[in-house]
Amino acid sequence: MDSRWLTAYGPLVRAQVRSQAQYRASFVIDVAGSVLFGVLDVVAVFVLFRVSKTLAGFTFADVFLMTALANCAFAIADLLVGNVERLRVYVRSGLLDAVLVRPLGVLTQLAVMDVAARRVGRVVVAVGVLIVAAVNAGLALTAARLVLLVVAPAAGAVIFSAVFVGTASVAFWWIESGELGNALTYGGHDFTAYPMPIYGTVFRRLLAYGLGFAFVAYYPALALLDRRDPLGAPAGLGYASPLVAALVAAAAGLCWRRGVRHYRSTGS
Amino acid sequence: MRYLVYAVAGFRRYATYRQATLAAVFTNCVFGFLRSALLLAVAGASAGAVAGYDEQQLATFVWVGQGLIGVVSLWSPPELADRIRSGDVVADLLRPIDLVWQLLAMDLGRATFALMTRLVGPIVVGALAFDLFAPRRFSTYPLFACSLLLATVICFGCRYLVNAAAYWLLDARGPQIAWTLCNGVLGGLYFPLWFLPSGAALLIVVATPFPSIIQLPLDILVERGSPEQQVVLLSVQAVWVIVMLAVCRAVQRRGERRLVLQGG
Repeated sequence: MDSRWLTAYGPLVRAQVRSQAQYRASFVIDVAGSVLFGVLDVVAVFVLFRVSKTLAGFTFADVFLMTALANCAFAIADLLVGNVERLRVYVRSGLLDAVLVRPLGVLTQLAVMDVAARRVGRVVVAVGVLIVAAVNAGLALTAARLVLLVVAPAAGAVIFSAVFVGTASVAFWWIESGELGNALTYGGHDFTAYPMPIYGTVFRRLLAYGLGFAFVAYYPALALLDRRDPLGAPAGLGYASPLVAALVAAAAGLCWRRGVRHYRSTGS
Repeated sequence: MRYLVYAVAGFRRYATYRQATLAAVFTNCVFGFLRSALLLAVAGASAGAVAGYDEQQLATFVWVGQGLIGVVSLWSPPELADRIRSGDVVADLLRPIDLVWQLLAMDLGRATFALMTRLVGPIVVGALAFDLFAPRRFSTYPLFACSLLLATVICFGCRYLVNAAAYWLLDARGPQIAWTLCNGVLGGLYFPLWFLPSGAALLIVVATPFPSIIQLPLDILVERGSPEQQVVLLSVQAVWVIVMLAVCRAVQRRGERRLVLQGG
């Protein structure tokens, strides 16, 4: 696996990054834009807390930590597989046929072909913001919490990646699905950035537990802050987020496989 | 008359993308649930009202705002910029008709279709799930209708300028990113602008076109302030329409002189 990664995917990634950096001005603008979007993610929290002291009983420091965790997870997932949402374009144009005949993994190829180097900007900002948020929250850092602080964004990134892949797979059945996936990918980013109790019951059950979004930022943040869940979940549930991430990823993998098997070329 | 033909063409073009319209309405509704939950939680923490909006007004702000995205077409792909880069734009320029007016006519046709689908969809879902605000004064309805029209034209102007940057840059990605950033934060989509310090909010409303696209139509609809204030907001939009269209025409004239066809 390792050697194949280097020999097959390595040059693909390098070629992608080089070609994107070719138009230097555009590339710099893209990176700057991605940094600004990263900053913007937290601006909304500042503005909301300007007009309100608490949000569903949580203070600014608590919510800031949740937002930072969610952003970090999303930025990493967006960098790695965010472009898989273009699958519907590839299905329509027939490019997917070319991908399928190569002796390499379909999903990995798509991720590599489209790696958006510019999105590194957003990841860098997100990691920086997470550190600031963790310091600002005055966490009582034990060894377990320190590990969680690193593992939670990674597990969250797996959950978001799974959602990117799962929603993109819809295009195998429904080419004209348009921006449908955005509801769960970008919508998921917004959803996870705030405490779960603010959402209505049905909506919360579907997204927070059905898709595992509560485990991206909310439960890890509660565990880090050593706070009880107002919704009554047991303490320390945040430590289960890698497990949830594995489940969600497995489900998305199944969707993807079924989709690839179902795929019929459009003939174009 | 010629422009009417373009408007009808714009309407029919988008009317064929029925599934995409449905998917877009679904996405708008998911964001409607997200944003209204958030803003209602903010209002709940401050005794049911925040920055001059009560809970009904906030819910209406969010849901009608989600519908407005489609009407003004906030995030449409940079079609004209692609045509400028590829050189296809020459086919448009050969026609004995002004490109800006032609595109505007098509956009108004598109907006008419969006009005019947993209605006109505989120309002119906929002009204089923939340208490929405029904305007108390009859005059609000015609004012809101005018405001919608002006917002559509202003948004068209912004999108046109972003695309027209391709006459000079070929790659309009930078302006496109700047536009996406600005219309979200400064437009009132993420949070009502009046959540900001009032001086800053006022400056953004008057000095930039972005609030005229989302924030001002919604403020008119939820009757934030007196009827006179609604008229003032509408006038701000009217001024921006005149400014944007004048700039668009000037840019198009200079752009045509600047255009270099890249072979092919």
